[in-house]
Amino acid sequence: MNDSLGITGFGAYIPRLRLDRAAVVAATSWADPGLRALGRGERSICDWDEDSVTLAVEAARDCLTGRPRNRISRVVHASTSAPFADRQSSAVVAAALGLDTGIAALDVAQSQRAGTSALLFALGSSQVSGTESLVVAAEHRRCKPGSNRELLYGDGAAALTLGKEGVVARVLGSASRTHDFVDHYRRALDGFDHDWEERWVRDEGYLKLVPPVIAEALRNAGVEASTIRHFVLPCIYSRVREAVAKEAGIAAEAVRDNLGAVCGETGTAHALLMLVATLEQAAAGERILVVGFGQGVDAIVLETTAQLQRLPARLGVRGHLLRRTAERNYTKFQSLNQIVQMNWGTRAEVDRKTAISAAYRNRDLLAMVGGRCTRCGTVQFPRSNLCVNPGCVAEHSQEAFPLAETTGRIASVTSDWLALSKHPPQRYGMIELDPGTKLMMQITADGGVEPAVGMPVRLQFRIKEIDPMREYQSYFWKASLDLPLAEKAS
Amino acid sequence: MSAGIRDKVAIVGMGCSRFGERFDCDLEDLLVEAFDEAIADAGIERTRIDAAWCGIAVPELSLGLSGTPVSVALRLPNIAVTRVENMCATGTEALRGAAYAVAAGACDVALAIGGEKLKDTGFGGLPDIGMGPKNDLFWPQISAPGAFAQLASAYQAKHGVSRDDIKRAIGHVSWKSHQNGALNAKAHLRKAVEMDTILNSPIIAEPLGLFDCCGVSDGAACAIVTTPEIARSLGRSGAFVTIKALQLANSNGREASHRSWDGSYFVTTREAARRAYAEAGIREPRDELDLLEVHDCFSITELATMEDLFVSPVGGAPKDILDGFFDRDGGLPCQSDGGLKCFGHPIGASGLRMAYEVYNQLLGRAGPRQLSSPTLGLTHNLGGFPHQNVCAVSILGLPGA
Repeated sequence: MNDSLGITGFGAYIPRLRLDRAAVVAATSWADPGLRALGRGERSICDWDEDSVTLAVEAARDCLTGRPRNRISRVVHASTSAPFADRQSSAVVAAALGLDTGIAALDVAQSQRAGTSALLFALGSSQVSGTESLVVAAEHRRCKPGSNRELLYGDGAAALTLGKEGVVARVLGSASRTHDFVDHYRRALDGFDHDWEERWVRDEGYLKLVPPVIAEALRNAGVEASTIRHFVLPCIYSRVREAVAKEAGIAAEAVRDNLGAVCGETGTAHALLMLVATLEQAAAGERILVVGFGQGVDAIVLETTAQLQRLPARLGVRGHLLRRTAERNYTKFQSLNQIVQMNWGTRAEVDRKTAISAAYRNRDLLAMVGGRCTRCGTVQFPRSNLCVNPGCVAEHSQEAFPLAETTGRIASVTSDWLALSKHPPQRYGMIELDPGTKLMMQITADGGVEPAVGMPVRLQFRIKEIDPMREYQSYFWKASLDLPLAEKAS
Repeated sequence: MSAGIRDKVAIVGMGCSRFGERFDCDLEDLLVEAFDEAIADAGIERTRIDAAWCGIAVPELSLGLSGTPVSVALRLPNIAVTRVENMCATGTEALRGAAYAVAAGACDVALAIGGEKLKDTGFGGLPDIGMGPKNDLFWPQISAPGAFAQLASAYQAKHGVSRDDIKRAIGHVSWKSHQNGALNAKAHLRKAVEMDTILNSPIIAEPLGLFDCCGVSDGAACAIVTTPEIARSLGRSGAFVTIKALQLANSNGREASHRSWDGSYFVTTREAARRAYAEAGIREPRDELDLLEVHDCFSITELATMEDLFVSPVGGAPKDILDGFFDRDGGLPCQSDGGLKCFGHPIGASGLRMAYEVYNQLLGRAGPRQLSSPTLGLTHNLGGFPHQNVCAVSILGLPGA
């Protein structure tokens, strides 16, 4: 591939809630004592209002830190847990990010390899067109209670921008092979994975199928296996990564941690998530091999550039791992994932129909775009016909003013046990945004501390509500406590 | 600004149903209960009523749309019946419609009636009512106690009041209303409660506990208004009440999205109070008013309202409350009937229920909770949330006051 083509930016998002695996084992090992062997560490879990679209938006925002959004020509969303079977996730992501409508969008799904395949597809498109691509891979994994996957999986997302300007990791070469190898599967209408024996997956799958593709990718890149400094291969089974590395001639020290202890395996996002974690730590001139496995193999060889150190700071995998709220309630986890249906009472028996036509007409709301009065400068949300400043009240004077990336503070707040919430209490308050406007916003439930007046917040894209009658879910922005990272790490 | 309607409209009859969990009644029954009392009080035939304004805020829960179901329930003689709605200020809005019709000379006698049937939802608290397709896209799902709890957090932050101190002050607000409600045979909640019970009640929306929240009730209230001249011709000289002021103020979005509001007070209450005092010719409300009936949907609302009505200095309401200034034997009794807290809050009836208490107090008919010779009383009726609402303030007095 072209020397100048590669990754130009990266970001990640890991949900703040981290489920203690010991709590899972305490609740489930009565049925399968073997689960006790997996009871160490913690895994990331989505709050009730997070899904693979909201995770992707957050990872993309992280990725786009300090980078102009108007360069992006296509958005690719990879996930096997998209909230809609027939509504494009990448289109929601693009709308939430406020991207220009003059872009292409594509959803890639149905394989754990979808993340790396999306990356290769987007690289090809950027190579041909010379324009920038945004690739996001996200997974919200629902697992069968009492399964080992419930302990091994995690939720999360990674995002990359690809192009030729400001490349931080050049693409040196790649290779792909496709096999209908079914290590696990999930029918379109089934809720949970069915898996095949671990030994077969390891010996006939990873160990036989991956090394030849690595060899081919290295040949295409013109580099020796021994020069690979970082080897990224997601796998939920132990010692497989090390065995594959050995078979492929890659140094044992190059094998990257799979984040199993702190996050869990994030499905089709995981190869890219591990890649982002690698890029956060890599120095210039280091070679990275990324492998995706699932109905075949993708292998991509990258080399970091001096540009890597010049990227503006972002949370990335490291920062998001520090933004952490411990969760020890297994039943709550089951409820947040809608596996257990709690009794929310008659108050929940309401019609929450979203007027899709009104949502489209007011699509600025989804991108958190407000108005700025060109007469007096007052910023307001939503954009309105008449300026809200009592000293102005100019008519039709407002220009679009994006607010999603602004920070703010809580001006008033409550934790409400009466209002319906899938993660009570419902927390909300008047949020003052730094450009000088404010609005009543929901505050995410995953903050770990009681929100108080004066606390800093940033905005996060979340599910607003789920219409129980029509299974439509709407999205909007919520305020999320933005306390110093050190306070939350424990 | 117009001089207003001071002393142009007389209230000659009022009625109020018993409030509460009226599982025995439909709204028609409650309306008739209030109407029968008012018409007997006025001593007129129903055929003398020229037009009616009825306030029902959530008609989906009771009679459906329009004024017609009320006309049917009361068998009114094919007069104009208008249903009005302005959230929880709906009752005062009905009174305003009737009063303006009389003041304008369009009617000799007009009826204002309001009621609500809330206890057919199957759960406590107010029902979740949509805000319309656009607002539903971005307004958070909030509850009334949660929205008003915002006031507490902003007030505490602005005035540096600790959680314990605010809880004690608002606790006293509810304690006082329970003391008064215990003396009111028509009240929903008729039991005096200890401060400890109030302070230790379960949290509904931080920092508001169960006893910081008013009851959600069924009920109806009613007023018959006419000109002072006709009132005198009815043989009620000296035994009627006149409207000194009737003002409404609605939010215009400033509180919700302009930084000039800090969340600790009601913009609309201050505006409506200012205009009402001007209309009634009141300069020193703390000294001139004899009683207050305010919209204590939540105890914190009453606390903030004492300042917004210019009765307590800004930041001074907690001290006045804890000093007992608003107790029934205090300097300016507030909620002598128990207020929304204990009399109850059937939405469309509440503004008229407040007027009913002021009317009875002014006419010396308040029984065991009668105040000593009041001549001027104020009602304050609020709809919506602190950050977006409608506020109605009326001042009622004896004809010479």
